[in-house]
Amino acid sequence: MQTEVVFAGFGGQGVMLAGKILAETGMGLGKEVVWLPSYGPEMRGGTANCTVIIADEPIASPIVVHQRDSVVMNRPSLEKFVPKMRAQGYAIVNTSLIQVKSERDDITVVDVPANKIAIAAGTGKAANMVMLGAYVGATGIVPFDALLEQAKHVFQKKPKSIPVNVKCLKEGYKLGQAKGK
Amino acid sequence: MKTIFKRPEALAETPTHYCPGCTHGVAHRLIAEVLDELGLRERTVGIVPVGCSVLAFNYFNFDCQEASHGRAPAVATGIKRGRPDLIVFTYQGDGDLASIGMAEIVHAANRGEKFTAVFINNAVYGMTGGQMAPTTMPGQVTTTCPAGRDVEQVGYPIRMCELLASLRTPGFVERVAVHQPKYIIKAKRALKKAFQYQADNRCFSFVECLSTCPTNWGLTPLKAVQWVDETMIPYYPVKNFKSPETEGEGDAD
Amino acid sequence: MAKVLMKGNEAIGEAGIRARGLCYFCYPITPQSEVAEYLSKRMPEAGGVFLQGESEVAVSNMLYGAAGAGVRCWTSSSGPGISLMMEALAYIAAAELPVVIVNIVRCGPGLGGILPSQSDYRQAVKGGGHGDYQCLVYAPASVQEAVDLMPLAFDRAERYRNPVLIIGDGMIGQMMEPVEFKEHKFPPLPPKDWATTGCKGRKPNVVNSLYLDPYAEEKLNLRMVAKYEKMKKEEVRCEEYNTDKPYQALLVAYGTTARICRTAIHKLGEEGIHVALLRPITLFPFPRQRIYELAQKVDWVMSVEMSTGQMVEDVELSVRCEKPVHFFGRTGGVVPAPEEVVEAVKKQLGAGKGGQA
Repeated sequence: MQTEVVFAGFGGQGVMLAGKILAETGMGLGKEVVWLPSYGPEMRGGTANCTVIIADEPIASPIVVHQRDSVVMNRPSLEKFVPKMRAQGYAIVNTSLIQVKSERDDITVVDVPANKIAIAAGTGKAANMVMLGAYVGATGIVPFDALLEQAKHVFQKKPKSIPVNVKCLKEGYKLGQAKGK
Repeated sequence: MKTIFKRPEALAETPTHYCPGCTHGVAHRLIAEVLDELGLRERTVGIVPVGCSVLAFNYFNFDCQEASHGRAPAVATGIKRGRPDLIVFTYQGDGDLASIGMAEIVHAANRGEKFTAVFINNAVYGMTGGQMAPTTMPGQVTTTCPAGRDVEQVGYPIRMCELLASLRTPGFVERVAVHQPKYIIKAKRALKKAFQYQADNRCFSFVECLSTCPTNWGLTPLKAVQWVDETMIPYYPVKNFKSPETEGEGDAD
Repeated sequence: MAKVLMKGNEAIGEAGIRARGLCYFCYPITPQSEVAEYLSKRMPEAGGVFLQGESEVAVSNMLYGAAGAGVRCWTSSSGPGISLMMEALAYIAAAELPVVIVNIVRCGPGLGGILPSQSDYRQAVKGGGHGDYQCLVYAPASVQEAVDLMPLAFDRAERYRNPVLIIGDGMIGQMMEPVEFKEHKFPPLPPKDWATTGCKGRKPNVVNSLYLDPYAEEKLNLRMVAKYEKMKKEEVRCEEYNTDKPYQALLVAYGTTARICRTAIHKLGEEGIHVALLRPITLFPFPRQRIYELAQKVDWVMSVEMSTGQMVEDVELSVRCEKPVHFFGRTGGVVPAPEEVVEAVKKQLGAGKGGQA
């Protein structure tokens, strides 16, 4: 069993971190994981994306053309990555910034007003955690408790930021769970 | 019987290949005497360059490394960073240090690498047969400037001491000459200071030695000595440019 | 020890420290600058030397100096920077100094781009610098393997007194994978009685590559050849995939490309097409004998690379030109997708069936 998910958005939206927390959670559960960033000039403020692969078997190719899932935080990401998804995948779409709809009817789309939820929780910066929570809620790719623990561990250095991030993960998770499987 | 003169222990008992009237031998001997007097021979590593002194590792009686052209300051940096307990010096000619190795010497000096650079400036490429060097004098004839160095085309000779002394990082920078006894005595003093600063782990030290090259200058050894006096010293003043003690005095800011 | 999720470049930095590579010189270049950034923090903690030099030219000569003084030292860079190091590398090889150089390869030639590539194969394997020399060359295919190869690289560099290159494409440097830093044990190394450590109690040592006497130079060259022959006998490393079952085609690929081939082979297997893979872990010495043996069972071999086919000639020599060696690759920073490899293999199989058509 192997699942690939692309996290994509503007530079600064925290998509790389969201992917890293997911990969670390998977690793903590004894799974095989790969976190592959897009790198290059686009790191400096343009679009950013990373691919996370979680598998039971050793991962062969880290390069995936047709990923199963996508977590897209802005419109260019939706337009770039959702068409590449395999059928039956999950697309978590940040509707705070994306007004258009995907035309795909063979995937599960989870609409998440991530920025709105994050701002209500205390900071718009944590929109990535809303998206991550929603993704885990929709797919059940890792147990939510394990994700929470890993996120707390990652934010240890800034203890003040833990409550808002946890809150965003939980809000997202609820939304994802409701719309997912 | 009292010994009043002998070969320094830091010099190997080998005849050199240098031309008659060349002052490499003097510079070698001064370094050897200084290392003996400071008791540093057994922990010294000399870096020899590409140039006439490429075989100097045969003439010194201590560990040596042969560097590629111009890179001796980088090699010395590597040794000194990895083994700060060793005494390290580079021995470089003008093509090596002031042309191809300009970046390495400037940055080593600017980082304040605690090794000693001995710069032999004889205003010409020696080993390759007398081509123009970055320190070739205006109007001086060489095999690659047969009409004399044209400063309109290739600029003026580079004054390394002045250039390095402009760096803010503390260091010891002195120009000496090794063509006549009165200068040689002062040259030895400067070299001794340079190695002492290094032994004290104090700073980067740089000693430029104005030297002769009768063969490539097309002069007799005696005329070559005069040429240093009359042509080189007026352009390349023989003096101390910088010491850690006088730090800050010359700063423009 | 528990696994940690680390970016390849940082893991390589940590592995270098754990392998007691405590003297590191560098010059920034994408896509490997994270090695330097990581070590600028970690090296002082480990009591080692971290120095950013003024150029790769200087850095490589710092390695020459430090290695010559018996210090275990290394650097990392990428294509254009590695080219600048080639001068010193030739001197390092000639002076028989142990140095480890990591090349996180980007595409080229020239400034090229910063995306993953394997286009420095020839530079690494066939020389790069001037003169009669070879480097021992390792090509990891995962972050874990890169980490495991670091201590081996230092050990072999010192055992053979020879430069060792680790060639990872940009992906190896940039991706994160779980890694475990294992203890590696090696037999005792010979003493560095040749190093310039001060001549107290012995005759002076000279680290040198200048031999004006042709007979002396020839003697050095032959001694170096003897080392390379020993490497060919004892240092070949490779990994096989799917060779334990009947197969219709043999792929040869290294680094990330080999992993892409594995996925392709899996996909082909689902369609009933059985393909095997030989992954060289050492690019020099090249696993010639094993490729020859594995090629006996197929009509052709395919070299799959992120270059324009720089490894093809080595595969051809491995099969002693008895079988055709085809090539599939993407280059310029384009990473081949498993699906493309699937298509290339199928196309070739189809061409074989069609005979002369």
